[in-house]
Amino acid sequence: MDCSHVFEFKFRRLIVVFTLFSAFLLVSLGVKAQEDATQKVEEAHVETTEKKKFEIGKFALHHIADSHSWHVIGETYIGLPIILFNDGKLITFNDSDFHHDDDAKVVVEKGGQRFVKMHEKIYLASPTANEHGQYVTLNEKLHAENKRPLDISLTKNTCTLLISIVLLLVVFISVANSYKKRKGMSPKGLQSWLEPIILFVRDDIAKPNLGHKHERFMPYLLTVFFFIWFNNMLGLVPFLPGGANLTGNIAVTMVLAIMTFGMTIFNGNKHYWKHIFWMPGVPVPMKIFLMPLELIGIFTKPIALMIRLFANITAGHILVLALISLIFVFNSYWVTAASIPFAMFIGAIELMVAFIQAFIFTILSALFIGMAVEEHH
Amino acid sequence: MITGSIAAVGAGLAAIGAGLGIGRIGGSAMDGIARQPEAAAKIQTAMLIAAAFVEAVALFAVVVALV
Repeated sequence: MDCSHVFEFKFRRLIVVFTLFSAFLLVSLGVKAQEDATQKVEEAHVETTEKKKFEIGKFALHHIADSHSWHVIGETYIGLPIILFNDGKLITFNDSDFHHDDDAKVVVEKGGQRFVKMHEKIYLASPTANEHGQYVTLNEKLHAENKRPLDISLTKNTCTLLISIVLLLVVFISVANSYKKRKGMSPKGLQSWLEPIILFVRDDIAKPNLGHKHERFMPYLLTVFFFIWFNNMLGLVPFLPGGANLTGNIAVTMVLAIMTFGMTIFNGNKHYWKHIFWMPGVPVPMKIFLMPLELIGIFTKPIALMIRLFANITAGHILVLALISLIFVFNSYWVTAASIPFAMFIGAIELMVAFIQAFIFTILSALFIGMAVEEHH
Repeated sequence: MITGSIAAVGAGLAAIGAGLGIGRIGGSAMDGIARQPEAAAKIQTAMLIAAAFVEAVALFAVVVALV
């Protein structure tokens, strides 16, 4: 990409230099102030800081995990429906019945059964509370040992999944309609935004890997590409329609990987299977040696797909959250000057990663399917 | 006295490995593009795929370190 035109005018150059300078100034001021502040804090209460220590890991993992309620702003939450199946009975209630309790202290009684929520998991409540007022029995690792009902609730991730399905359907049905209406004419509106991307998937992903068979697999590749891309972008929106970490959920990426796996094994021709079970062109002992390796290879490919998408998106979210929580670790307003621009910079990179990961998942799917359907040469 | 988890060391080592790997891939791709600018698109695609493989290994390590 050619960005040199940005520096063409003297005026713009001045603005750029000034911005960089002030940013540097703010950062260095912030660091200094924060150093002073922490020194003072350390001197003032050496003992209390130990207890109130902010835990980045816990905070970040809590925020990227699935949840039964949807945080709007401040203390406002939208309770999502909880659907449980236990002892042959279907029990439904709303998460707001727990009154934001996540420590098994509030018991909800429905249909003759009692439930508590602890760390976003629903447990069957114990008859009496323990010494901390929690209606669960804890083991030595402070994990609840109570029985859990089958939880098929509409959680935050499930809701985002439904929202993204609606979004994808609205976008693509309208584009498909305008293709019907404007046949032979130049694309317009949403159509002209999506056409280059669809062509990119066809010409850069499907054709090089699948050859003349690409048309059969285009629907799958386009679906996977746009599903991952849209959901990656929804995950980057910090407020309501987004906010859930759908593609950073290993169950979602596992289903996507299983679909690619299924496409590969069901479309595999006899050459593909022959290369796995009886590799041509090598001596017999080697054939026997290669067979288990190739067999494992079938499974490691989709597993790598699953972990790659999950870990990339999760790592990005943790990075942004960690940078923002630096403010609370150092307990100083001045850190904001450094951590917010950094978080924004990482956010911009994440926007790129959202696209690249969708691209990588799709191109590797095409590659694996291409290996399975390749003609003998 | 240093406190903390040994997993952090593992994550750091993984980052070094991935950094070296992606650095080499990026550098070689730059070389390739400089020699043959008309093949830039193809080289970029191949570079991204290779980088994804390297990155995946690092991310495996990060996941293991997290767990």
